[in-house]
Amino acid sequence: MDAPKLLVQGVTKTFQTGRQRLDVLASIDLAVAEGEFVSLIGPSGCGKSTLFNIIAGVQQLTSGTIAIDGDAGTERAGKSGYMPQQPLLLPWRTVEKNVILGLDVRRVPRKKASYAAYELLKRFGLAEFARHYPATLSGGMRQRVALLRTVLFNRSFLLLDEPFGALDALTRLSCQMWLLDLWHEFHSSVLFITHDVREAILLSDRVYVLSARPARVLRVVDIDLPRPRQPEHLALPQAVQLEQELMSLLLKEQSI
Amino acid sequence: MKLRRLAGYGPAFVLAITLLALWELYVRATQVSPLILPAPTAIIQALVNNWGVIYDNTVQTLLETVLGMGAAILLGLLLAILLDTSSWMRRAIYPWLVVSQTIPIITLALLLLLWLGYTIIPKIIVVTLYCFFPIAIACADGLASAEPDLLNLLRSMRASRWQTLWLVRLPGAMPAFFSGLRIAATYSVTGAIFGEYVGGSKGLGIYMENATNSFAIVLVFAAILVTAVLSIMLFGLVSIIERLALPWYHGAAARK
Repeated sequence: MDAPKLLVQGVTKTFQTGRQRLDVLASIDLAVAEGEFVSLIGPSGCGKSTLFNIIAGVQQLTSGTIAIDGDAGTERAGKSGYMPQQPLLLPWRTVEKNVILGLDVRRVPRKKASYAAYELLKRFGLAEFARHYPATLSGGMRQRVALLRTVLFNRSFLLLDEPFGALDALTRLSCQMWLLDLWHEFHSSVLFITHDVREAILLSDRVYVLSARPARVLRVVDIDLPRPRQPEHLALPQAVQLEQELMSLLLKEQSI
Repeated sequence: MKLRRLAGYGPAFVLAITLLALWELYVRATQVSPLILPAPTAIIQALVNNWGVIYDNTVQTLLETVLGMGAAILLGLLLAILLDTSSWMRRAIYPWLVVSQTIPIITLALLLLLWLGYTIIPKIIVVTLYCFFPIAIACADGLASAEPDLLNLLRSMRASRWQTLWLVRLPGAMPAFFSGLRIAATYSVTGAIFGEYVGGSKGLGIYMENATNSFAIVLVFAAILVTAVLSIMLFGLVSIIERLALPWYHGAAARK
């Protein structure tokens, strides 16, 4: 059997400033198989984003190992498509030029990069905005553009940190379905952070529930709902029951 | 749109006309000697009559100004990037940049004349020293204001330090750079005139000095008028270049 896309084993993180010690992650184990959609939910401030930054190679871990495609090397930057909470589009680049940012970093020739970007924008319904500046786009559009930028940099492994957290309910739902379409098209492996239980259930194959800080895995749940997912699936009895369970689990962890 | 922008200068125009009219009235009513305060109409008259000579000197001053500004832009950008390489560099260089601006420019112009002779070079250097400071400071602040999350994103893409500078930080610092450049453009002509004043063979500074020495006060005023117009034109030119270079920053142009 192939190595999983991502294998996190006993990862801890402690911040030390002077004599102050802050334990953020208390030994996390998790795995994402090839083509799997996995979500992490946890109370706010529990260290989800820190774990993400560590997997993306932006921060260092204190102990433990992380293997991407079976490679447990310490240089993880560049091995995932990383999308932080803010869309972080460059205001001086048009949508098309924003989407190819990762390819610029990889020194892909402009012509080739632009072609790839155009194909992607066309496939996912954003072609007409290719020459627009981000300032002229709505919040939902910006998140989509940021997602396409992430996919174009690395479509095999996506790290998405609450990408739809700031959107209104309807825009969020349409973005969620759009993401599932994209995931289906590229057979990506996805690790998705959210604090929205319904979002996690709607999107994922598996959900990890994290505790309050220092974070550890409280529960792992397989989501047994049919694919392709539809918003109606959230009304199925097993989904409703799961939502209640996870919600009460999280409520206990949430501090005032 | 263009007409409306022009109309924006209406109040300044009305104020100028009013003040000039008062000035003219005062001179005519009090019969003050033209050797002390010439009337605006007399200044225009003198400007027209001496246009050939004044034009020659203006071209010389403009040449020094433009060359000096070019050097100042290069020096300013270079210093800003240098300041930005590390906090140690910043702490080492920044105070000395400030100190460099406390040297009276007129004595510096004199020293440069002693060292480099009666050529165009010391004038260009004076303009450069006069103008690099606002450019360097504004640009360094612009570089320092890059969003940390954006830098993390680039790190996750495994971008090199120079790629981050080139793709994200420098373009992001451009609005600040242009603010500095506009201030520098306003100073620049005055810098060239300082440089000429201490010694030279041609230029508006020399022209003013000669006019003062021969009590042709009206010609001094004519040269001042040319200096002001030249400075405003440079300021306007920088603003136009900024609009063309940063369409995304000027929202209206971006939505076209």
